[in-house]
Amino acid sequence: MHLHKYEKIWLIFGGGALVLFLLILGFGAFYLGTHPQSHGATIDPENVETNEAFERENLGLTQVDDDRYIVNIVASTFNYDLGDDEEGNAVSHIEIPKGSTVLFQAVTTDVIHGLNIAGTNVNMMVEPGYISSLEVELNQTGEFTLVCNEYCGVGHHMMFATVEVVDDESGNETAAE
Amino acid sequence: MSLAMKQQPNEEINVTPLPITKPEAKLYLSFMYVAFISLFIGGLMGLLQVLVRSGDFELPLGIGYYQILTLHGVILALVLTTFFIIGFQYSLLGKTVGMSDKQRKLGWLSFWTMTIGTALTGTAILLGEANVLYTFYAPLKAHPIFYIGLALVVVGSWISAFVNWHQVYVWKKAHPGQKTPLLAFMVTINMIMWVICSIGVAVAVLVQFIPWSLGYAETINVLLSRTLFWYFGHPLVYFWLLPAYMAWYAIIPKIIGGKIFSDSLARLSFVLFLFFSIPVGFHHQLTEPGIDPTWKFIQVVLTFMVIVPSLMTAFSMFAMFETTGRKQGATGLFDWFKKLPWKDVRFVAPFVGMLAFIPGGAGGIINASHQLNTLVHNTIWVTGHFHLTIATTVLLTFFGIAYWLIPHLTGRKLTPKIHKLGIYQTIIWAVGMLIMSGAMHIQGLLGGPRRSSFSEYGGTEQAAEWVGYQTAQAVGGTLLFIGIVLMVYIFVDLIAFAPKGEEEYPIAEEEEDAQPTPQWMENWKLWIGITIALILFAYTIPMIDIIQNAPPGSPPFDGIL
Repeated sequence: MHLHKYEKIWLIFGGGALVLFLLILGFGAFYLGTHPQSHGATIDPENVETNEAFERENLGLTQVDDDRYIVNIVASTFNYDLGDDEEGNAVSHIEIPKGSTVLFQAVTTDVIHGLNIAGTNVNMMVEPGYISSLEVELNQTGEFTLVCNEYCGVGHHMMFATVEVVDDESGNETAAE
Repeated sequence: MSLAMKQQPNEEINVTPLPITKPEAKLYLSFMYVAFISLFIGGLMGLLQVLVRSGDFELPLGIGYYQILTLHGVILALVLTTFFIIGFQYSLLGKTVGMSDKQRKLGWLSFWTMTIGTALTGTAILLGEANVLYTFYAPLKAHPIFYIGLALVVVGSWISAFVNWHQVYVWKKAHPGQKTPLLAFMVTINMIMWVICSIGVAVAVLVQFIPWSLGYAETINVLLSRTLFWYFGHPLVYFWLLPAYMAWYAIIPKIIGGKIFSDSLARLSFVLFLFFSIPVGFHHQLTEPGIDPTWKFIQVVLTFMVIVPSLMTAFSMFAMFETTGRKQGATGLFDWFKKLPWKDVRFVAPFVGMLAFIPGGAGGIINASHQLNTLVHNTIWVTGHFHLTIATTVLLTFFGIAYWLIPHLTGRKLTPKIHKLGIYQTIIWAVGMLIMSGAMHIQGLLGGPRRSSFSEYGGTEQAAEWVGYQTAQAVGGTLLFIGIVLMVYIFVDLIAFAPKGEEEYPIAEEEEDAQPTPQWMENWKLWIGITIALILFAYTIPMIDIIQNAPPGSPPFDGIL
């Protein structure tokens, strides 16, 4: 089969670009460990509290080390359960100091949800039967909207919370962007 | 009627097009009626959506946002496309290899099966019993009629695939030793891809969804259903794109007064699309928790392979434009560009579609880029992306086809007035889409979610920022709806009011001195064998993993819709 000379150049250039893209992606994924979330950890969606992380008192923000946190979330229509505060009210806003390493873990008790802290790399499908988890470093201050970005029913767009990345650990001072 | 009698075996490389009989035209037109009615209904739903999302408009009569979103997706992505493509492909085969009376009768069977299926699914949606969007992700549950209707649409499309293959087979028998006409070869490839991929969604619907929605099965394996859906869902987009490529490779050259750039190259690119369109569904599932990341990456690599035939197509198109322009006397570096028929809507509409595929394709590479996908997954960036690819590249090419196909079938003429109107239509579409899709891309990068009704998200600063882009989408979407009204007007004119006459069915020819197409190009067993081998490679191990390590299944949820 005949290929025009310019076409060969074009395909070598185009194909070369694709190979280069793939090498960069592969380097990031396998060497730097930036795979999208995939752990295959399963859970019974009707009894998520059998897993310690999703017991009622362990939901929401927990500090595990100086600059390490875990955020456990139970998603259900149409709410992100981040646990209760001292007065027993449901938490819908969490504050995390800038520069922290945070492990987000989420499950759903009903349908599929899309857990996305808008404008960050925290973006995971939350599917019944699986534990979604992703560890990120939060380096940018500001208030971020935790939205549901996979359609889950009539109140899908009313499913949200807020995550604020603050400058100092007391959380009093919020640096605006 | 013997097909062999219609067509004299000849030693020429170019096959003479066959006449389309009245009964054949009626069949092809029926598909077009459904397609254009769908365009109008789906477009109207799109208009309502962008208005709601602007925050200044509420739906009356208790109609739900997600109900019209479901209708929009089903009727445009599944109904409009499938009906247009199957009607167009029947006409291509009728023109190049012929259609017998028996084949035509089966053609009607495919039409009615698909139409009844569409009506059933549409009824379920209109009654508000199927607000599950066109992807119907479990464990959201629609009324069983929704799934049964979809299954009928798929079965009807399979009937058309078998008729198409039979048409080509009969021609081959009557023309031993000759190569299959290029367009017939392309239709054959597209339908092989379609049948192989839609088996996935058919299994999901028949084995998983229907028994589960009827209550015979208590639970459903959610990840398996999604994996089967996306095994189908990505080739689906190539099923939309390949008919546009058919027009680009083998029809546009005739319209602009040129010849096919390379018959073998066109065939090779279609074979590559067959190989690499299917084993790639995981790139829609990159942020899912239950699939092994290495297998995700393997399918990302395979996804990138499918870019190669698109690069080949891009080269062929512009090479063909330049060759044609130079033959018409163009000199200098870019003079040939001016020689293109800029007043011929049959060329201008698909050409604008081609241009849209440059950002569309680049966006697709971003979406498929493994970890980079995390940044855009399920944001409205993705909606912006496929409104460039399917709703601009593919749709403007389909419009470009309709301008000559409809009058050819109705025995009317494409008038200078319609040429002009069509060019305005194309411009309105391009501007509307630039605004709407552009705003969607930017809002998506800022984190704005797709598939969501208007929300202030408790008054966050981010959500306030998104509203401005949603207003822009409403402006763009309104322009697009004007474009749809104009297109439907043109369609009606070409069906019933344009002056009687004969409109050409443009089929491009090869150069007299073109290189012969190699025989191995029609080694169907080899092509299908490689396709299946690639699918087995990409899916066997992860599928076993998904089934063996499955969590407890999910009961149906429908009280929340």
